[in-house]
Amino acid sequence: MEFKAPAETNLFDTAKIVGKSTPRIDGPLKTTGTAPYAYERHDVVANQAYGYVLGSAIAKGRITSMDVSEALAAPGVITVVTSPDSDIPGISSMNNARLFGGSEIAHYHQAIACVVAETFEQARSAAALIRTKYDREQGRFDFPALAPGAPLAKGRGGKPDEASLGDFDGAFAASAVKLDATYTTPDESHAMMEPHATIAAWEGDQLTLWTSNQMIAWGKKSMGEALGIDPENIRLDSPYIGGGFGGKLFIRADVLVAALAAKAAKRPVKVALQRPLMANNTTHRHATIQRIRIGAQTDGKITAIAHENWSGNINGEDGENGTLQTPVLYAGANRKTANYIATLDLPEGNAMRAPGEAPGHMALEVAMDELAEKLGIDPIELRIRNEPTSVPSKPEKRFSDRNLVRCLREGSQRFGWSDRQAEPGKVRDGQWLVGMGVAAGYRAAPTMKSAARVRLDGSGKVIVETDMTDIGTGSYTIIAQTAAETMGVSLDRVVVTLGDSRFPASSGSGGQWGAASSTAGVYAACVNLRRAIGEKMGFNGDDAVFADGRIRTGNQVVDLADAGSLSADGEITFGEFKRGYDVGTYAAHFAEVAVNAYTGEARIRRMLAVCDAGRILNPLSARSQVIGAMVMAAGAALMEELAVDKRFGLFINHDLAGYEVPVHADITRQDVVFLDTLDPIISPMKAKGVGELGICGPGAAIANAIYNATGVRVRDYPITLDKYFEKLPTIA
Amino acid sequence: MKSFTYERAKTPAEAAGSVAKASGAKFLAGGTNLLDLMKLEIETPTHLVDVQDIGLDTIEKTKDGGLRIGALVTNTALASDQRIRRDYGVLSRAIVAGASGQLRNKATTAGNLLQRTRCPYFYDTNMACNKRQPGSGCAAIQGYSRQLGVIGTSDSCIATYPGDMAIALRVLDATIATVKPDGATRTIAMADFHRLPGDTPQFDTVLERGELITHVDLPRPIGGQHVYRKVRDRASYAFALVSVAAVIQPDGKVRAAFGGMAPKPWRVEAGEAGLHEDPAAAMETIFSGARPTEDNAFKIPLAQRALASAVAQTRS
Ligand SMILES: Cc1cc2nc3c(=O)[nH]c(=O)nc-3n(C[C@H](O)[C@H](O)[C@H](O)COP(=O)(O)OP(=O)(O)OC[C@H]3O[C@@H](n4cnc5c(N)ncnc54)[C@H](O)[C@@H]3O)c2cc1C
Ligand code: SF4
Repeated sequence: MEFKAPAETNLFDTAKIVGKSTPRIDGPLKTTGTAPYAYERHDVVANQAYGYVLGSAIAKGRITSMDVSEALAAPGVITVVTSPDSDIPGISSMNNARLFGGSEIAHYHQAIACVVAETFEQARSAAALIRTKYDREQGRFDFPALAPGAPLAKGRGGKPDEASLGDFDGAFAASAVKLDATYTTPDESHAMMEPHATIAAWEGDQLTLWTSNQMIAWGKKSMGEALGIDPENIRLDSPYIGGGFGGKLFIRADVLVAALAAKAAKRPVKVALQRPLMANNTTHRHATIQRIRIGAQTDGKITAIAHENWSGNINGEDGENGTLQTPVLYAGANRKTANYIATLDLPEGNAMRAPGEAPGHMALEVAMDELAEKLGIDPIELRIRNEPTSVPSKPEKRFSDRNLVRCLREGSQRFGWSDRQAEPGKVRDGQWLVGMGVAAGYRAAPTMKSAARVRLDGSGKVIVETDMTDIGTGSYTIIAQTAAETMGVSLDRVVVTLGDSRFPASSGSGGQWGAASSTAGVYAACVNLRRAIGEKMGFNGDDAVFADGRIRTGNQVVDLADAGSLSADGEITFGEFKRGYDVGTYAAHFAEVAVNAYTGEARIRRMLAVCDAGRILNPLSARSQVIGAMVMAAGAALMEELAVDKRFGLFINHDLAGYEVPVHADITRQDVVFLDTLDPIISPMKAKGVGELGICGPGAAIANAIYNATGVRVRDYPITLDKYFEKLPTIA
Repeated sequence: MKSFTYERAKTPAEAAGSVAKASGAKFLAGGTNLLDLMKLEIETPTHLVDVQDIGLDTIEKTKDGGLRIGALVTNTALASDQRIRRDYGVLSRAIVAGASGQLRNKATTAGNLLQRTRCPYFYDTNMACNKRQPGSGCAAIQGYSRQLGVIGTSDSCIATYPGDMAIALRVLDATIATVKPDGATRTIAMADFHRLPGDTPQFDTVLERGELITHVDLPRPIGGQHVYRKVRDRASYAFALVSVAAVIQPDGKVRAAFGGMAPKPWRVEAGEAGLHEDPAAAMETIFSGARPTEDNAFKIPLAQRALASAVAQTRS
């Protein structure tokens, strides 16, 4: 099914199941600990041995020798696979750094060996007996020092990643009010609960990988490339994923070494990346430096806006582009964006929840707050005055549906914004200085082609099969809702099976495209199944009414069960017409923060997000997505930072004691409101994703609230107390 | 983790004797610190003597009006004891400011005193660390040292003692009672229990091999208002950047011990006397000779503010 024109009125507009708050159908399995995650799939194959990954002790250089004799002689050890002895390609076209194989060391904790033993403890203990010698080289570890000389990144089609419209320099120079500020964001870790984990088993040349991966079809192709084998001989299965946040978009060392180790051990092997490896072995969000210049008239109208961004990566490509929202968010005739990237020898940077936009908002939306203060205009009003009518950087491009102003107004009212004191440092509550902050949020709403199979089992049950993944987001449930709605059955008649590469290839989960795309794919398959039922039973499936487990056509009524066993595949593809539109999601984010006047400890008191994301397929799980993203944004604003040791080239705080993420005590009240909008350009469902929208803005709202509370502006994230407590107003 | 042998001692004397006998033996109490370190091979004992069956799990009144806390009393039991909460509030508050409910249920009084540093380089066995591997150097001194010590440190090691409970015990003038393998007992003042690193940072305390902590003794209650102020990057479940255990008397006199600053709970009685009159000058005395790094110099002014916040808390 090609989606080639804006959606018209369709069955989702009178939906009984889609759009209703629905507890996740996989919820009971998860709350009882019976949803098996990759490492726990004890029953899928017999005789599983345990693999333990050894990470490189240096960040740059080469291995000169590895002595595994002691490890091999240790109790329970079956085999040891080492990187220098492995001749596989060890990298796919989707990885920025080699995952395994060879003697070159490109980053700290790069996987250099996997010890396989009868028990986990034996494998771990033997791994410490491997004696490795290295030739250490000096690497490029100091991003702030290297950034100024960094070249422009490669943008679309390999062209330098910069864009401009009008005359920024001239307009900025001539503007009545100017802001020129630089912000920095640190490297961040996905820090998901479930580390990367895989069980691998070979049967002849057929490889099965029970793993934890967001993108099954990518994973299968990538594994073929990295192992140098035909991907058709590989099966991936990933029904439950304990968080990914982009860290599981691409294959990682666990799956590769599990496959190699299983081959060497001649039996199935399971591998989980140990927590201390997660920061340096896997990917992270890249640090950024962002300079923003905005020129405005005294009435607040922006005349010039420039956003320049610097980040670094191991191959000098694929940086963190903080400018992504800037071409879209605010009006202004003269504009410029540029994205520079340095080449570093730190671990591979790659996608993490709203790559680019998450740190981008932490800069742009603070700059807007600073500008509002310079202008003496309320920050909400300033944003409203700069609301564009078409895409500011491409005036010929229309917005599909944009309700940012409604979000801001509704949020202002609900949050009690009128109580905010514009002058900072004016609200005291005992030892605490209290402030409010606001930020706008924009995140693109892309769609990807997505396929599914829908079957009838002869008893009236509807079975959905697609390689779509549920990374904790609620995919199972929205897919079940879609199938139930389209096939006219109740939710309990729908069985959803996900994450198996033998099923039709879906959009997968990433870039907040999963909800919109995968449900549309299931819808396409359901439409085909309805037609197939019609053909079999002698009516037109498109005209028949499917409801309550029955099919009504003319004055004939039959049970869905009467259709017997039938199966139909379907795929949604998205047509060219979308190119004329910018399809995005919008939010207004609010935060109230208290700062201890003595110590600078910042504690969030409440947060609110008002979101505009089209039809909300399942308000219950959508809310969970947004509050989760708000928590992650709070972490980014206040505490999360991979600390770089610039001498040795590693993130030294590589466990969850050193890399702090918010705990319950940090998160008090969170409210989420969804506007009742519909976007006919996105998909037949008129629904957009929200999982990344929720992290675009709250960090800046928190930063702005800290400023409003204290009068001290911190432009370097995370805003930890050491950066500003000595500047706090003295206490009487 | 290296493989090890395991036994469960029945009495304190037996436990002490067993640890003394086997080189590389250690006591195992709640295991919440030791087992984590063993998994990473930061600690590699060859033999563990589990002390959970040796008794020492009660809190008793002493003749001179104080309390005698058994070494195996859990952190939860200690923090929730009525007498502790009434007369030694700073201790109860310090304990509940640390770790999590689950950990405190398992952690013991002696184990808490002996928890090891949280220096990130101590935790990465690829890095030089004199405390983990004597003579290998200290990767932290030129490295990421935001959490590390500002005073009492040495050119060999700048790590801190990371715990909370001990800071309160120091301000309360607690003493530690031990038994040695030969049956001899001794009492060690909190002030002398943790040692400064000098050139031998591998030794955190003055305990000798096989010396078992049997009790922690609290002197008679000293009255006053008890505050434990722990400053950290998140609201819970994090070690202190800076903490202060303070007891403030009605006449304004302050006793204060600081955590997060040094290899031991930091209290300087000579400086303390002036805290209620000229806190800035008193703090200068307390932290004179400090040698912070660029990353952690903020801890000294922060300590002063943490104390001011604690004092202000008692006024409101
Ligand atoms: C995630 C996490 C967070 C934490 N956060 C904090 C925090 O915020 N604040 C804080 O203060 N602490 C914190 N802790 C540390 C915690 O308080 C300690 O792990 C705990 O108190 C140790 O007690 P235990 O009984 O488990 O000791 P064990 O791990 O059993 O032993 C620790 C050491 O003491 C020795 N030992 C035990 N008993 C005796 C004895 N009777 N005589 C002589 N030697 C003995 C052992 O040989 C070992 O060397 C945290 C720990 C974890 C894991
Ligand atoms: S500060 Fe101490 S614990 Fe940390 S690396 Fe140096 S010697 Fe080791």
